[in-house]
Amino acid sequence: MSAAIAISGVRKLFRDGARDADVLAIDGVSLSVRPGELLCLLGPSGCGKSTLLNMIAGFEFPSEGTIMVDGGLVTSPSADRGMVFQQPTLMPWLPVWDNVAFHLKLKNVPRKQRRMAAQRYIEIVQLAGFENHFPGQLSGGMAQRVGIARVLLLNPKVILMDEPFSSLDAQTKLEMQEELVAIWQRFAATIVFVTHSVEEALILGTGIAVMTHRPGRIRELIKVDIPYPRDTTSPAFNDLKRHILTLIREESRLAREKMLKAEGPGAGG
Amino acid sequence: MRLLAALAKRQERMFVPVVLVAGWEAFSRSGHLPPSLLPAPSQVLWTWADWLLSIDESTQNNAGRWCYDALASAGRVLSGYAIAAVSGISIGIAIGWWRWVERTFEPTLQLLRPIPPVSWIPLAIIWFGIADRPAVFLVFLGTFFPVLMNAIHGVRTTDRNLIRAAAMMGASERQMLRLVILPGALPSIFAGLRIGVGTAWMLTVTAEMVAVKSGLGYVLWDSYYFLRYDMVIAAMASIGVLGFLTDLCLKRLMAVMLRWNTSTTMQPRT
Repeated sequence: MSAAIAISGVRKLFRDGARDADVLAIDGVSLSVRPGELLCLLGPSGCGKSTLLNMIAGFEFPSEGTIMVDGGLVTSPSADRGMVFQQPTLMPWLPVWDNVAFHLKLKNVPRKQRRMAAQRYIEIVQLAGFENHFPGQLSGGMAQRVGIARVLLLNPKVILMDEPFSSLDAQTKLEMQEELVAIWQRFAATIVFVTHSVEEALILGTGIAVMTHRPGRIRELIKVDIPYPRDTTSPAFNDLKRHILTLIREESRLAREKMLKAEGPGAGG
Repeated sequence: MRLLAALAKRQERMFVPVVLVAGWEAFSRSGHLPPSLLPAPSQVLWTWADWLLSIDESTQNNAGRWCYDALASAGRVLSGYAIAAVSGISIGIAIGWWRWVERTFEPTLQLLRPIPPVSWIPLAIIWFGIADRPAVFLVFLGTFFPVLMNAIHGVRTTDRNLIRAAAMMGASERQMLRLVILPGALPSIFAGLRIGVGTAWMLTVTAEMVAVKSGLGYVLWDSYYFLRYDMVIAAMASIGVLGFLTDLCLKRLMAVMLRWNTSTTMQPRT
């Protein structure tokens, strides 16, 4: 089976204006995501995992290397690649249903049809009854559901999720994770899910790509063969968790050493 | 009960104006000043009524002409305001969105902005003559800049991810401007429009005093020459009422168009 997403040899340099220097954010990432996979990109903040996701979406571009989605080179944002943002990022002046069907508005679909199309996805994310609310009247979890419904309506080739549950309370987060797994199974979707939580990655992912500190590389690609819904107290879950935490601890030790070396005597900052 | 409560609320709001007017009436009747210098509110009201309905023609050739004068002024305010709103919003959005438009036009506009609109009066007269157009031009100048500045600000403060979300859903640049940038900038644009309303009335009246031979401002200045201070005050009050009503209309429009903008700011203490 051909890859849904093929990332090869991607490097990303940023211009750091304050230091007047180029900063290497991502260094040589190659990764392939199969159709129907739910891949979690796991790493500490600042490791470039969101940058990598933004490059798949077409919001940013690699300095070197290529990203292909469904066989086509990514050159701009497109409805093929739906993103669920960290903040809900809804149009605050549109009611829930109009946000969900915004894509159809852009295609000049008449209002009545948009309203009907939106309803299906509003029900899938369990927001029936809130169709006419404005985003400002929703809780964080509900607003993220709208973001998910909006992406489902796009029917994209891949769904990209950038820590969408990170600002939710623990209970809502658990609920949303369960529902995401259900939606992923129902739609047989291909999802790349960025997170900094080991537990979240283990609850969701069919695979986990553990990233290193800056500059970001793939430290290890782990296959998670635990059946859904995942029991977070099972031995298999905890074995994997222990393994990933060891990797992360080692990574932060390496990062600290590197920082000390850089700030060592004679280096002058 | 609710009617009573509403009435009580009204009373609270009416208290200060009623006391002020009563005090003024008493002072005018006390004879400390000649009545022609500070006409009593009752006198002003009588004059106003004659201006409006031609009761006893005490206002001579102004009797019954209030509606005509008010419409003349309101027409100037509206046309200047409408031109300024449309151009201010579209130019502001263009400056905020395209870097090259900003570089090409913004420096010039920023240089023109500090020039007080009233200082354009001489040029406005020689360019447009003594009629509606100098007033409309002045209103335009006074309203254009606040709307422009606020439109630019509104575009610049749009959430970058909102633009990304729209791009992801397939928005063209035109759609982005119409469906994301414009509605997102509306709260800021309305702030500019409300500043503009006050300026618009101020400048219409100024222009009518100097460069136009009709309207409330003209009647006000003309009455001053004829020592009709009751008429001057009636004209001032008319301008106040019309300005208040225009702002009220704008507030209503704002409440409808920005009903999504549920504020999280403080509420005044009770």
